Amino acid sequence: MDIAKKFSRAAAVMALAGMALIGVNTNAIAAGDAKKPEAQDWDFTGLTGRFDIASIQRGLQVYIEVCSSCHSLDQVAYRNLLDLGFNVDEVKAIAEQYEVTDGPDENGDMFDRSARPSDRFVAPFPNEQAARASNNGAFPPDLSLTAKAHPGGPDYIYAILTGFEDEPPEEDHIEMGEGMSYNPYFAGKQIAMAQPLFEDSVEYSDGTKATVEQMSKDVTNFLQWTAEPEMEDRKRIGWKVVLFLLVLSALLYAAKRQTWAKLH
Amino acid sequence: MSAHTQPSGISGNGLVKWIDSRLPVFTYLQKEYGEFPAPRNFNYWWNFGAILTFMLVLMIFTGIFLAMQYTPHVDMAFNSVERIMRDVNYGWLLRYMHANGATFFFIAVYIHIFRGLYYGSYKNPRELLWIFGVVILVLMMASAFTGYVLPWGQMSFWGATVITNLFSAVPLIGDAIVTWLWGGFAVDNPTLNRFFSLHFLLPFVIFAVVALHVIALHITGSNNPLGIDPKGPQDTIPFHPYYTAKDSFGLAIWITLFAAVVFFAPNFFGEPENYLRANPLQTPAEIVPEWYFLPYFAILRSVDFDLWFIDAKLGGVIAMFGSILILFIVPWLDRSKVRSARFRPIYKWFFWILLLDCIMLGFVGGHAPNAQVFEGVKGLLFIDLGHVGTAWYFFHFLILLPVLGMIEKPKPLPTSITESVLGGGNAPTGAAAKPMEKA
Repeated sequence: MDIAKKFSRAAAVMALAGMALIGVNTNAIAAGDAKKPEAQDWDFTGLTGRFDIASIQRGLQVYIEVCSSCHSLDQVAYRNLLDLGFNVDEVKAIAEQYEVTDGPDENGDMFDRSARPSDRFVAPFPNEQAARASNNGAFPPDLSLTAKAHPGGPDYIYAILTGFEDEPPEEDHIEMGEGMSYNPYFAGKQIAMAQPLFEDSVEYSDGTKATVEQMSKDVTNFLQWTAEPEMEDRKRIGWKVVLFLLVLSALLYAAKRQTWAKLH
Repeated sequence: MSAHTQPSGISGNGLVKWIDSRLPVFTYLQKEYGEFPAPRNFNYWWNFGAILTFMLVLMIFTGIFLAMQYTPHVDMAFNSVERIMRDVNYGWLLRYMHANGATFFFIAVYIHIFRGLYYGSYKNPRELLWIFGVVILVLMMASAFTGYVLPWGQMSFWGATVITNLFSAVPLIGDAIVTWLWGGFAVDNPTLNRFFSLHFLLPFVIFAVVALHVIALHITGSNNPLGIDPKGPQDTIPFHPYYTAKDSFGLAIWITLFAAVVFFAPNFFGEPENYLRANPLQTPAEIVPEWYFLPYFAILRSVDFDLWFIDAKLGGVIAMFGSILILFIVPWLDRSKVRSARFRPIYKWFFWILLLDCIMLGFVGGHAPNAQVFEGVKGLLFIDLGHVGTAWYFFHFLILLPVLGMIEKPKPLPTSITESVLGGGNAPTGAAAKPMEKA
């Protein structure tokens, strides 16, 4: 009884304290956060989503010719490009454009050699400090997982790439920092990356017109693949597993019914 | 003659009998999983014991194989997880099963706990059984927390920082405890190493406590939806084949749901930012724990006021741990002798309110305290809901449960399980004709 009383007193105090704070605590929240990316129509979404290989190949070209001058792709190896329909010679040719430091050799010296399919994508900068020194103090993030490291990842990438505006609109009251670009989809609405894609930034070999939207879509498809290279396998196996389990469940239900029928 | 040559009651070949007369594992299985008399009226909420056993085994198996590929070092942990995802054969499947396995493990354990709360499964004589269950919950939380740190993403790192920092609220020795937990002056390589070690150890401790939980269950026997004791053999059925069949079906449905998430939405329950490598120099905009910790996180943050000599931080920590520890004494807080909420007209309502309260707290835990609940409704912030929800949580256990037991007039209990199952209609006719006293 004594304990119950003590408990009830403590709880009553807590309840009262809680009640008292309601209505008092009305701090205004910071307004004007980043704009929400619009949902785009992607081939890879849904239960049967597939990669658009042609688009991913074009996206690889955009990455190599534009993004890769600042952004690394640490998790992806050149050999992974075999999954995109490139043959071994093509993959070797892509890898060979890059130099990696290897060693030590038998004399104990490090040496440079051209990259092999087994190497991972060669980063543009040797370390974060070098990257910052070349980019006005900002660190261009690794892009391998970007598509799943943001809520609504692919839509976010597309929105950032297509969302650059020359000047912040009046109503935003933004004081732009030195070397910053206005992009309403980025947290804080200013981004250290200058607009990377312009009409015909790359020349597609398949004749696709390289508009900003097209290149953004292609590179987003590419980055979705780098983030989830297993996606097609996963969904394909998933169908088999789920269908199998549904049939198994039905059989087990029938078995259960039959077993229990003896009881009633 | 002597005990070890007693003829075993087990049927089987010579080897089985030979082993069984020396170590009666087959007799044990036959007794505890074959003949074990279970009330005949379990509903599907009683499937979750089997489901949880499956989840524990699944977590241990996937975990062991993940550990073969994982590197617990701050420079390599993040990449080693990505190697598992990309280069290990079906490594993505292992990891997605393990990560979503934690989610499904917690969904199942919460259903199991609320099942116990609804049907009064913690009451005499099952108090110790319940206590072992709460111990398992605490161990599961420790496992989940240490495991979430291992991929060494942003949320791993900052979650570990925030949660270990809670101990600094302990008066006088708080900071020393935190340094001791970290193995240094920040969350760093020693922290990751010991968390890996603990994450490997704890599931086996859980396994041992699960064994105690099951043994205790088999001493008292299972509760049932009516909450009345079986009065004789007519009220029970052997566990096999009846409940093995029922559990198999329920488990198959459960695994189907699990597979659907693993294969089609493996990151649905995850925090996207954990795919960014841990960066001690960059705090994420918002640090949120995994969904299954959100209600506790809400309670932690809801105590934002000093109370006497207890500052808000310590108060929050006490409230958070208290919200879990309070479960240990639920068997003694609830004064009602009637187990099942079916026969407790008032408690039944408060059970559902408690469930909604916990869901609301989870919702609160996922939002910034000073964010508006509804756009356009000024003044109602998540912290307000947190205050109400936290107060109600403790009110429910500390006041409602004891008081209800004293003032509530339970409905008449059916005279027996069999009568209730086989007798026509919902109203126990025998009980209506001859009202039972409070059992």
